[in-house]
Amino acid sequence: MTDPADDPDLLFKALADPSRRRLLDLLHAHDGRTLSELCEHLDMTRQGVTQHLGLLEAANLVAVVWRGREKMHFLNPVPLQDLYERWIAKFERPRLKALDKLKRRLENPDD
Amino acid sequence: MTKSAFVYVTYIRTTPEKLWSALTDKAFMRQYWFGMHCESAWTAGSPWKMVRADGSVCDAGEIIESEPPRRLVIRWQHQDNPELKAEGDSLCTMEMESAGSAMKLSITHTIEREPSKLIRAVSGGWPMIISNLKSMLETGAVALEDRAAAVKPA
Repeated sequence: MTDPADDPDLLFKALADPSRRRLLDLLHAHDGRTLSELCEHLDMTRQGVTQHLGLLEAANLVAVVWRGREKMHFLNPVPLQDLYERWIAKFERPRLKALDKLKRRLENPDD
Repeated sequence: MTKSAFVYVTYIRTTPEKLWSALTDKAFMRQYWFGMHCESAWTAGSPWKMVRADGSVCDAGEIIESEPPRRLVIRWQHQDNPELKAEGDSLCTMEMESAGSAMKLSITHTIEREPSKLIRAVSGGWPMIISNLKSMLETGAVALEDRAAAVKPA
């Protein structure tokens, strides 16, 4: 099977579509929903929603749990956290340090 | 039955034994859990608690199921915030399975109430902890230090 840990392309591809981002927003508002519940909020065929959910699952942005015969979809934010660390935290750290220096200089002018 | 839940999944390039040890070893845990760690004998029926860096206990409960290195179920109750404590027991399940060259780690946390402040509180912390755990196991270092510490005056 594909290992999503090795494929950031899957993650960016999954995010590069407004319907899939809408699905993530829907799960963020209310986590753990069935396909039918999600379909109610999208102007799209059931098959279309199924395909989008498949891509989100492949990118590990959606985790699936079976509850009896119902397939529940959960938002999995862990890949977004990895993305944050790789593309945001790393680049903003020097700025946080500069801000810290400024704060210290203003608060302790005698140092 | 109404319940609040979250399911977080990550793939970590490591072995089942290393992953189990990372989830149960105090010293290792402190490195990726922002100074916190869990204490338990990690066998079914044994007590479990989560301890902050200053020694105070924030959550406590019991190991419900333990199948090293595959499955761990913890009965989990928050201890010091009265509102969260009043929500009672939650259940945290950790499942580990092989997936290609990696281990798939799924963490599910549920409580039999909706909405739940406990679930909201713990769900915010997990992605950072899981992300740090992944970097520790794959590269030997955490990717994200405590952000509060980075801007705090020395």
